[in-house]
Amino acid sequence: MANLLDIRRRIKSVKNTQQITKAMKMVSAAKLKRAQDRVVAARPFATKMTEVLTELASHTSEDFHHPMLDARGDERYLLVLITADKGLAGAFNANLIKAAQSFIRDNAGKRVELYAVGRKGRDFFRRRDVTIAEENIGLTGKGRVDYAEALELARDITRRFTEDEGVDKVFLLYNEFRSVMSQRVVVEQILPVSRVEEKSADEVAADAGGKASFVEYIYEQPPAEIFSQLLPRLIETQVYRALLESVASEQGARMTAMDSASKNAGELIQTLTLNMNRIRQASITREIIEIVSGAKAAA
Amino acid sequence: MAERLQLDVITPERQLLSEAVDFVAVPGAGGELGILPGHTPLISQLRTGVLSYTQGTASRRMLVSGGFVEVNADRVSVLADLAEFPEEIDAVRARQERDQAEKTLNAFTGSPDEFAAASTQLERSTIRLLLTTDGSR
Repeated sequence: MANLLDIRRRIKSVKNTQQITKAMKMVSAAKLKRAQDRVVAARPFATKMTEVLTELASHTSEDFHHPMLDARGDERYLLVLITADKGLAGAFNANLIKAAQSFIRDNAGKRVELYAVGRKGRDFFRRRDVTIAEENIGLTGKGRVDYAEALELARDITRRFTEDEGVDKVFLLYNEFRSVMSQRVVVEQILPVSRVEEKSADEVAADAGGKASFVEYIYEQPPAEIFSQLLPRLIETQVYRALLESVASEQGARMTAMDSASKNAGELIQTLTLNMNRIRQASITREIIEIVSGAKAAA
Repeated sequence: MAERLQLDVITPERQLLSEAVDFVAVPGAGGELGILPGHTPLISQLRTGVLSYTQGTASRRMLVSGGFVEVNADRVSVLADLAEFPEEIDAVRARQERDQAEKTLNAFTGSPDEFAAASTQLERSTIRLLLTTDGSR
């Protein structure tokens, strides 16, 4: 049977761990609140942006060309993997890495290069047979992302796509924030901007045209010009949103993970305390028996 | 037809304004655009400048930079890269930024991108200063 002192030591160490997990949970809860607010604050812009873009798309002709719009070959993919910088967030990073691996497997015939945002993803794939085109560490670590930072990242990605003819498609892989408890891994193709979106836009415009409310806009600049101005911005908002979602998810995942860790520690402490008391009582009982039998023998 | 315009000023990071106003003037890429209720649908790009709007007798101004404006059915949506109220602007910092940008531009050696960035910086800080020095009007 374990020694009393050992169990006491164990309890103390588990208590320490519990204190840490509790503190981490609290920190994450505070950060989560802020991250959630930012996700909500970024929504109106994205919505309006899509509205205007679809509107514009219906006014630009089919033969309108833009480097960010034109599909090319289907050979080299750039996968932008947004993970966290830190662990201790449950399956947050593991799910992303798993999804990235299956993405690479599914596209075995293509050349997939990785753009690693976040330390965890980079560290995992650095030790494996995957080309890491670029890495960006420390962006999501602060628990908040500024638009300016997202802008830089988006421009870098866009530059790789437009200037380097080798990259044919760019995908974003990140955790989407569903609720505090759950995240969903999403893969999105961001470049080239799909024409499918425009098709549906045409339908939307056609629907609107069917009703009497069809609006004919005055364009201060030619639609094509505004459109090409807007396309990079679309990528920027998409990247920004992905980063915000990822940060919120990370904090949510960490909060949940730390919450269950604290609970587990509590249970462990209970069992250990029970054990300890049992041993203590047993030893007391033994001592009493010894004294009693000793007294009997003496009598 | 509505008597007033619904003005929304939105940046990627936040929604700054969502109010009913009587008149809006936005700095369009092709020149200042004054918008009254009943304006015909319009889409225009924006440049760095002052957006001003009137509610009754009160009038307010703010900095907007980049992005575009959409006018439709008495709704004015300004989607700017950057927007700030005068009271958010730090005049001392704006002056420093302007001087810095001027210095960079005076002895410029660098890529076209850096030039564009410095020019934007100069424009923005100039407008910021303009708004802080006579923002009371």
